[in-house]
Amino acid sequence: MTQETRTARTLRLRLPGLTSHRPGQHVDVRLTAPDGYTAVRSYSVASARPGDELELTVEELSDGEVSPYLVHQVAVGDQLEVRGPVGGWFVWDPADPSPVQLIAGGSGVVPLMAMVRAHAAAGSAPGYEAPFRLLYSVRSPDSAYYGPELGDLAQPPILTVDYVYTRVAPAGSLTPPRRLDAPTLLASIIPVSQNPAFFICGATAFVESVSDWLVQAGYPAERIKTERYGGTGVTP
Amino acid sequence: MSGYLDGNAAAGALSEVFVGDITTALGRCAHCGRTGAMATTRCYLDPHGLVLRCPGCAEVLLRLVEGDGQLRLDLRGVSFLTLTRP
Ligand SMILES: Cc1cc2nc3c(=O)[nH]c(=O)nc-3n(C[C@H](O)[C@H](O)[C@H](O)COP(=O)(O)OP(=O)(O)OC[C@H]3O[C@@H](n4cnc5c(N)ncnc54)[C@H](O)[C@@H]3O)c2cc1C
Ligand SMILES: [Zn+2]
Repeated sequence: MTQETRTARTLRLRLPGLTSHRPGQHVDVRLTAPDGYTAVRSYSVASARPGDELELTVEELSDGEVSPYLVHQVAVGDQLEVRGPVGGWFVWDPADPSPVQLIAGGSGVVPLMAMVRAHAAAGSAPGYEAPFRLLYSVRSPDSAYYGPELGDLAQPPILTVDYVYTRVAPAGSLTPPRRLDAPTLLASIIPVSQNPAFFICGATAFVESVSDWLVQAGYPAERIKTERYGGTGVTP
Repeated sequence: MSGYLDGNAAAGALSEVFVGDITTALGRCAHCGRTGAMATTRCYLDPHGLVLRCPGCAEVLLRLVEGDGQLRLDLRGVSFLTLTRP
């Protein structure tokens, strides 16, 4: 278990029999109360580890049913009921040499980080040549996940990382905090001429605004894959 | 949960019924004829089950209801499915 930010925690699970994982997949976690009531929620795989281990990063929603339990209560050695990894759509295929533009809102960075990690792990193997660019919208520097690791991996043009801070900008920053808007988005992504593959993940409204802006700017809808995390879409 | 998710979010629940990954299967809407990957449909979850709706015409494509140890699948909104063998 690693505390990622004040409100998010990374859990490392051992899934006996786990043989494969594709970057972008998720698992379903089912919790059952003593009275038999059950709740199932999906969580993206943040990192496939050697063997039968994988990591999830869960953000606490203070009025949520499942996430506060996973962030605060689950302890080392506890057993969870997990189904997956599942979902073959929102996945990056290392055999595809296209440039990849990742766009994350808040906890939506999790499956995109799995792609970044797989890309980095490819080293000089197939897939590594594809330029990766990540645009990450977060409230503040403290609420960004994986900051040091992304800092180490960022190495343009292999991986370029751009942040948009919506509430608090880092000390010394020249740009004030602001919500992601279409001009900022278009200025920070791979141009249309390079025909990038898009993976966009975050709260529903975030995903919808971003994909609408891209289509309006002439990016083909077929190149855009989305993962909505639900919620009313308060932008991070 | 308000609003909807992507059909991809139904991958786990549907893995109990289908062999292989149904979210990458192509489905054709029986109402408007739109054809696309099931992952691109709109997924609505509620405590009883899940519903996938067509992003073209919003009609119900698929409904999966769970209860009493049974799963009930209603696929009447899909005129065909093309799955890739796992
Ligand atoms: C495919 C998929 C992958 C996901 N991966 C992750 C992940 O890696 N990490 C992660 O933290 N979450 C992830 N989520 C979201 C997660 O499944 C839950 O929705 C989230 O943890 C809230 O569950 P809860 O039971 O705590 O809240 P609930 O009791 O379900 O909801 C509480 C309130 O929060 C709202 N809400 C629900 N989800 C969100 C949201 N994401 N943002 C804003 N408001 C919301 C609801 O509308 C409700 O008002 C993923 C969702 C999907 C569909
Ligand atoms: Zn239709």
